[in-house]
Amino acid sequence: MNTLEFTALIALGSFVAGFLGALTGLGGGVVLVPLLALVFHVDIRYAIGASLVSVIATSSGAAAAFVREGFSNIRIGMFLEIATTIGALAGAVIATRVSTAAIGTVFGFMLLYSAYLSLRRKGGDGAATAPDPLATKLKLNGSYPGPNGPKPYNVRNVPAGFALMFGAGTLSGLLGIGSGAVKVLAMDQVMKIPFKVSTTTSNFMIGVTAAASAGVYLHRGYVEPALAMPVVLGVLVGSMAGARVLVRANTNVLRIVFGAVIVVMGAEMIYKGLTGKL
Amino acid sequence: MSTAHVSMDDKRIERIIATLLRAGVMLSAAVVLIGGLMYLHQEHADLPQYHVFHSADAPFRNLRSILHSVWLGNSEAIIQTGILVLIATPVARVLFSVIAFALEGDRMYVVFSLTVLLILFFSLFHGAAL
Repeated sequence: MNTLEFTALIALGSFVAGFLGALTGLGGGVVLVPLLALVFHVDIRYAIGASLVSVIATSSGAAAAFVREGFSNIRIGMFLEIATTIGALAGAVIATRVSTAAIGTVFGFMLLYSAYLSLRRKGGDGAATAPDPLATKLKLNGSYPGPNGPKPYNVRNVPAGFALMFGAGTLSGLLGIGSGAVKVLAMDQVMKIPFKVSTTTSNFMIGVTAAASAGVYLHRGYVEPALAMPVVLGVLVGSMAGARVLVRANTNVLRIVFGAVIVVMGAEMIYKGLTGKL
Repeated sequence: MSTAHVSMDDKRIERIIATLLRAGVMLSAAVVLIGGLMYLHQEHADLPQYHVFHSADAPFRNLRSILHSVWLGNSEAIIQTGILVLIATPVARVLFSVIAFALEGDRMYVVFSLTVLLILFFSLFHGAAL
């Protein structure tokens, strides 16, 4: 195998990761790191470096569309980014100080958790809650496009959501993923923000969160240009293709299959992490 | 300050942010692709050894040395420049938010977006110290 073939294979794998990530809503990063580490035997530090920059590309690309449609709540995003960026810095610092085996093990558990979430995806519409004083003061309440015009919603449990966002940022910085699953959990389940607003605002925040740890990764030499190149381009094109197909695909079957793949990858990451093979 | 007025300004902010993000990603992808094609066009004796971590080469780890290597025609430095554009895209979005909230007269959100901007600058310019 020469450099051209190797680069082409990485680009193809990244395309598939981005495609499935967009179709299932889990994001490309979650499968990309195990793919690079387990299949291509790339050191997990290079894998998370390449994954993190690709996450910025896909989230910014998708955010552009969602923001224009009026689903993302820019104020919620901006406010919670204070928590995610501080968390991301902390995560990136932890990543440079713990063993790759430990990172791999945490990653494995994150995969299992993502699979669990993807199988029981449900969300409220944020209606019928009284305004929360803190959320009102922070101007977080908003409205989103519904079939009968703008639908207003109120945000709740701001401190708990903020704290969970710090955790989401830490995981993002530690594992080189967008950690959209935890961000959506914080907004949809804890802060009672409508599901569609939660997912699109999460996407909006992922780029800024990832940029906060990317600085540390870059200085540490985790971003290897020749590896990041096929990964970024592959994931970007894959996620754009995935978003196009999404409209007519039967995502339920796909989600189950993809969930199973993630469970297997998660188990292998945990096994290899615990036995020190990562 | 009527609600309708605020929401119209917010709509404009949203449109500009969408354009900004899309332009940043497209520019970055184009630069990475150019650098990548140059890289693949060159001769490579061995397959890169990514299974051993030895940290990316020093010229590719900070802005000044990346740009210096681009000047020397290094293809990997061109890829890394594209990645810097990518990292700069969300940063530019936050910078724009600071200005937009200031124009809207929303002081609280000027402070929030400035805080995020400072954290990002800290990581990008002092990340080596962490």
